[in-house]
Amino acid sequence: MAQKTKELMALTGNEAAAYAMKQINPDVVAAYPITPQTELMQTFAQYVADGLVDTELVAVESEHSAMSACVGAAAGGARTMTATSSQGLALMWEVLYIASGLRLPIVMSVVNRALSAPINIHGDHSDSMGARDSGWIQLWSENAQEVYDNLIQAVRIAEEVFLPVMVNLDGFIISHGVEVVETLPDDTVKEFVGERKSPYRLLDIDHPITVGALDLQDYYMEHKRSQAEAMRTAMPTILKVGKEFEGIAGRNYEAVENYRLEDAELVVVALGSTCGTAKDAIDELREEGIEAGLLKIRVFRPFPWEEIKSALGSKKAVAVMDRAEGMSAVGGPLFHEIRSCLYDLTNRPLTVNYIYGLGGRDVAIEDIKKVFYDLVSIAKLGKVEDFYRYLGVRE
Amino acid sequence: MARLRDLAKKHSPLTSGHRACSGCAFPQVARQVLLAAEEPVVVVVATGCMEVATTIFPYTAWCVPWLHCAFENAASTLSGVESAYRALKKRGVIDREIRFIAFGGDGGTYDIGLQALSGALERGHRMLYVCYDNQAYMNTGIQRSGATPTYAHTTTSPVGKVIPGKLERRKDLTEIVVAHDIPYVAQSTPAHWNDLVTKVQKALAVDGPSFINVLQPCRLGWNFEADMAIELARLAADTCVWPLYEVVNGEYRLTYRPREKKPVEQWLKLQGRFRHLFLPENRHLIDEIQAETDRKWEKLLKKCGLA
Repeated sequence: MAQKTKELMALTGNEAAAYAMKQINPDVVAAYPITPQTELMQTFAQYVADGLVDTELVAVESEHSAMSACVGAAAGGARTMTATSSQGLALMWEVLYIASGLRLPIVMSVVNRALSAPINIHGDHSDSMGARDSGWIQLWSENAQEVYDNLIQAVRIAEEVFLPVMVNLDGFIISHGVEVVETLPDDTVKEFVGERKSPYRLLDIDHPITVGALDLQDYYMEHKRSQAEAMRTAMPTILKVGKEFEGIAGRNYEAVENYRLEDAELVVVALGSTCGTAKDAIDELREEGIEAGLLKIRVFRPFPWEEIKSALGSKKAVAVMDRAEGMSAVGGPLFHEIRSCLYDLTNRPLTVNYIYGLGGRDVAIEDIKKVFYDLVSIAKLGKVEDFYRYLGVRE
Repeated sequence: MARLRDLAKKHSPLTSGHRACSGCAFPQVARQVLLAAEEPVVVVVATGCMEVATTIFPYTAWCVPWLHCAFENAASTLSGVESAYRALKKRGVIDREIRFIAFGGDGGTYDIGLQALSGALERGHRMLYVCYDNQAYMNTGIQRSGATPTYAHTTTSPVGKVIPGKLERRKDLTEIVVAHDIPYVAQSTPAHWNDLVTKVQKALAVDGPSFINVLQPCRLGWNFEADMAIELARLAADTCVWPLYEVVNGEYRLTYRPREKKPVEQWLKLQGRFRHLFLPENRHLIDEIQAETDRKWEKLLKKCGLA
């Protein structure tokens, strides 16, 4: 039965992603099971089995082959999607760079999970953070609704800028938590994503092309430069697609989201589901008279440099939350990029980094409030004594 | 049965001017395979000699749609292309018959690409995988692979004062593929053009996966004169080191039986990688290779119902 009106549904994050994929109706999906992504692909496989999509589902024998098959399918001209987590993304690593280097608009859900060792199946951002230099656009979701919305927008973004897009959702917290999701009518999604139009297709046998040629000292650098330029100029398209999506869904999507930020002096910067927790913490802190605010990063690649600079420019103290340990010995990956971006400002806020929630360690409202209380002391002291901290760890 | 006269009239999808070594046999393998195809083809090539020598940007020697992804994933990459074809055909975007061919060297097929190959075969994609087997990692400078024969000298199984080259046996990939129970599996060489072309046509005609393992003498790695590649491929069949056979829906058939089975020594002595075997103290190693070749040949004859 086709969905004809907007509907509220009780869906897990995984189901929301699968439902978006059903409405997108991609040509090819190649995937391999891994916790916590499994439910997503199981749900989608049932849509295939029930004839609700036209998709060729390629149930490959590894994630390396999943991404390889996606490269082949996307080069062939097919609208191509996949999904993975953690070790699966790690196994894809080699091919992630090939997908972006060949400028193939593959869309992938990444159900974020910790990397082994020690082995752990729960949510953190180590997997996608490690892929931050792989040339994929990264969209991050706060809840199941955003997973659904981001995935639909990702198809348009990828195909317009010729770059692959990963849509991130926190393992278990979002992937397995049931929420109310407002879904769009089938035809609205179909019309929004349209048909994939590609100027070059491997399957256009009358116009043969060579894809993936050896590229040596005399051309490699120009090709990388043009790839970087595509990433640099992707932001206007991401924002344009967000605006158009707002037109059909009524939900606003920008590169970043400011929550009670305008008049805030103390700011937490975060990705993913923690932003929801932070919003509740901020509401409580405002009651206590603390001028707290949140800067949520939705688009991590391309990095929203200008937006972050203008959002944090006048603030007193900023805590950057990293749900991944960069092993640099001086803080997590998000912290480094945020701090680097603040360097140009005349009045720089004081910055502190918190590594938190590794391997699915729970983050409660109280934890975020503790971070803000720390920011109060930092602002009062006028300096940061130790900028690289852990939150919620036994030491 | 293909006719040389007809094949010669066809436009070669692999142009001259590529950068393969003089005396290399992979261009013959690629040309014979592609000339055999009646329908248009899309080609995926694994990282290796064939890829680096034919596509240095901004040039390409390929007149057919061609994709290179990585080393170990020619089979899975092509399975994606073939899936895209089926999806786009279903949607009416494509209405022509297209065939799908992957080429991988022995390193990319026997070793690092074995899993991707096995997966693609099990999934039943309609595609032909051609392994151009030159029996070592030639592109990186002659390192041993699972396909390297016993006692061959390579840079990672060098002949030394105490070790006479590679000590282990060669992996029998063709038999591994046969175990997947796919419709068509074969072995051939570029010296037996009619055998190879016929096998490619049979492979492309089956509605499912097919695999052909083609021995490709490598001038650099095997260390022979530039005009000897085809002769060495012929001798490999005549000594039964590389038997020509096919397995159609599980049924074995010998496609070439040498009138007179030549001693392996004749094949070994033309190659620098086996030079050490001809020292008097190593005579027993040649005997050992002969015994192993005989054993495998007898086993194959039995499978073909000829013993």
